Amino acid sequence: MHAEEKMTLEKWPASPEKQTLEGKNKFVGFWLFLGGETVLFASLFATYLALKDSVPNSDMPLAKDLFEIPLVFTMTMILLTSSLTSVYAMYHMKNFNFKKMQLWLVITVLLGLSFLGLEIYEFNHYVHEFGHTFTSSAFSSAFYTLVGFHGAHVAFGLAWILALVIRNNKRGLNLYNAPKFYIASLYWHFIDVVWVFIFTVVYLMGMVG
Amino acid sequence: MTNEQLNSGNPRVDIEYRRKKNAEEMKHQVISFALMIFLTLVAFVAVAYEGFSGWFIVPFILILAVVQVIFQLYYFMHMSNEGHEAPKLFMYSGMVVGFVTIICYMTIIWW
Repeated sequence: MHAEEKMTLEKWPASPEKQTLEGKNKFVGFWLFLGGETVLFASLFATYLALKDSVPNSDMPLAKDLFEIPLVFTMTMILLTSSLTSVYAMYHMKNFNFKKMQLWLVITVLLGLSFLGLEIYEFNHYVHEFGHTFTSSAFSSAFYTLVGFHGAHVAFGLAWILALVIRNNKRGLNLYNAPKFYIASLYWHFIDVVWVFIFTVVYLMGMVG
Repeated sequence: MTNEQLNSGNPRVDIEYRRKKNAEEMKHQVISFALMIFLTLVAFVAVAYEGFSGWFIVPFILILAVVQVIFQLYYFMHMSNEGHEAPKLFMYSGMVVGFVTIICYMTIIWW
C-alpha cells in the first residue's frame, strides 16, 4: 500500500501504524529512544535521591515542608486521565474515525495544558513562599532538574500533538500520518510513566520524610 | 505484517470483526485505567493517613508505582500485543541500567 493513498474504512488495515517501512522503523526507533529516556530519567531520579534534603543551613525548606497532597493529587489525576484520552484517540484511529481521534487528542492537549499550568503555579509558589530556587541548595537543584525535565517533556509533547492535529486536519487519516499519531501517543504515555515515579518517589516519599 | 490483515474476502465482515476486537481492547484499557486510579488513591491515602511507619509506606507505594507502570506499558502502550519484542528488549535494558544507576548513586552518598 502506498503511504499517501486515499484511505477508506474498507481499506484501513488492522495495524495502520506498522504498514509502511517508515512506520515500522519509527516504531522500533522510538522504542529505542524511550529505552534511552528511561536511563536518562533514572539518572535524574538517582541524583535527586542522593541529594534529597541536602541543604546548607537548617532554615531552608526540606521536602516535607514543601509538598502538599491536594495539588500533587490533582496533577496526578489530570495526567492519568490524559493518558486515557490519548488511548481513546488511538482507538478511534484504529477504527478510521479521524474526527473523533482529533477530538480526543485535543482533549489530551487541554488536560496536558492544565497539568503544566498547575506545575508552573507550584514552582512559583515554592520560589516565592519558601525561597526554594534552583540555586538555593543541592536539594532544590536536583528537585527542579528532575521535575522540570518532566515538565519540559510535557510541554514538548503538547507542542508535538498539537502540531500533528493542526497539520493533518485537512489531510485525514492515511498510512503516512498514522505512525506519527501512534508514536506521539506512545510518548505521551511515557510521560505518564515517568510521572508515576515522580509522584511516588519525589512527592509521596518526600511527605513521608 | 501481512498476516495481521485478517481477510475473509468480505470487507464488511472484516470490519465488524476488527471493530469488535478494538472494542475488546478498549475495554481492557478502561479496566486498567480504573485500576491505575485505584492504585494511585491507595498510595495517596496511605501517605495522608499518617498512621503507618515510613518503613512500611515507602516500599508499599513503590510497589504500587511499579504495578501501575506495568499497566501503563503493557496495556496503554500495547507492549502486551504481538510484535513488541524490540520494545521489550529496549525497555528492560533501559530499566536495568537505570536501576543500577540509582543503586550506585544512593550507596555512594549515604549520609
